[in-house]
Amino acid sequence: MSSLSIQHLLGLDGVPREDIQLLLDSADTFLEVLDRPIKKVPTLQGKTVVNLFFENSTRTRISFELAERRLSADVVNFSASTSSVSKGETLLDTARNIEAMKVDIVVMRHAAAGAGHFLSTRCTSKFINAGDGTHEHPTQALLDMYSIRQKHGSLEGLRVCIIGDIAHSRVSLSNIYGLKTMGAEVAVCGPASMIPWQLEKLGVRVFTNVDEALRFSDVINVLRIQLERDAGADFPSLREYHNSFGITRKRLEAAGKDITVLHPGPINRGVEIESEVADGPYSVILPEVTNGVAIRMAVLYHIGTKAE
Amino acid sequence: MTILHHIIDESGFERMISRLAHEILERNLGVGNLVIIGLRTRGEFVAQRLTAKIASIEGTAPPLGVLDVTLYRDDLRNHLRQPEIKATDIMFDISDRDVILVDDVLFTGRTVRSALGALMDLGRARSIQLVVLVDRGHRELPIRADFIGKNITTSRGEEVRVRLREVDGRDGIDLVSIEA
Repeated sequence: MSSLSIQHLLGLDGVPREDIQLLLDSADTFLEVLDRPIKKVPTLQGKTVVNLFFENSTRTRISFELAERRLSADVVNFSASTSSVSKGETLLDTARNIEAMKVDIVVMRHAAAGAGHFLSTRCTSKFINAGDGTHEHPTQALLDMYSIRQKHGSLEGLRVCIIGDIAHSRVSLSNIYGLKTMGAEVAVCGPASMIPWQLEKLGVRVFTNVDEALRFSDVINVLRIQLERDAGADFPSLREYHNSFGITRKRLEAAGKDITVLHPGPINRGVEIESEVADGPYSVILPEVTNGVAIRMAVLYHIGTKAE
Repeated sequence: MTILHHIIDESGFERMISRLAHEILERNLGVGNLVIIGLRTRGEFVAQRLTAKIASIEGTAPPLGVLDVTLYRDDLRNHLRQPEIKATDIMFDISDRDVILVDDVLFTGRTVRSALGALMDLGRARSIQLVVLVDRGHRELPIRADFIGKNITTSRGEEVRVRLREVDGRDGIDLVSIEA
């Protein structure tokens, strides 16, 4: 198969295995492009991509922008704080106005879950979700899966545990959908106050003890405590969180196996993960950043050049 | 699809590879500065054959790489079709080398144009020389091959099918009709 079945990338819920496989396989090619002396190919020449960010983001926006420029697309950046949104324009009006400027692809981050889906049914541009509220963040999950595959060769049968603030995390939901589609066994671990009610119904195991979770896992994806989303209200103190759920070298060694550690960043060092782990041999945190550009190039390529 | 006629059989194919290898070596005064790059997919196998033949003549094999030009195609933006992308695999620096670019059939020249764009991004080669098994005409760009296995006059409703041992089980070149 050489083209996606989906028109937009709004989430990984319901995205077929073949599509995920195609995106992961294509990222290999783009990773090779990123290693060249001239890290640019003319693939999306003449296409216009708008990065529509209604929420703050540094790394995701830079990663997307790099991916777009590496593919020779024309890039326009839009951030809500400097836009007409602050003047009271609705989301739909903003999108329609942008579309009237003949835009091909919209990469959108928004605080409301489903914002991308809402616009994709009302506009003709292609939409890529760069995070919608606490719902999904598909490209982050794809790059997580790609990084795991790079280390382990396959996702089939791997045991992956997502640890931390599950309730506030869009990364966790996309990871659950994507990993399960690709045949991995998925678990989550965190304080009960940070695990959504009835999450087991998605077919994941739930741990509230991090040491048990580590014994289960081949791979752990450590989530950031999102203080900006009032996550601090869910546990007594950062120190206590670190003591109960922080990933330390001692804990990893006690699990008695070689566990791969991922983290979508930015890291709260000494809270959810200690520096020795983040910077140590277990970690694939920095390769994840490089992989992020490659996987986003793959997504942009397949969404942007998809035959009508 | 009907086979109009067999242009080259198995033994003719082998002789053609041998002649092309000798021509390349003669023009480049040996293997010293050569690198061979095959265009995915069939050019890759032709390049392997040429490299093996050059190695058997000279006693030393030039570096061999594979180039995928999908990302450089000029028809992606038309949304006509979305070709599968495969990896480029060139594990050496092409700067100041004489690059022998290998493909099976030269037709409109657009694939070669894409390949030239890709090679320019990989480094500044001293020269790029094009080898094709078949030149079937109908060029849409000012591009020509340096080494040609066989020139064939074709119509647009015909196709040149190159069969390779590695992919199809045997070597050979046929002219086929693709008109219904």
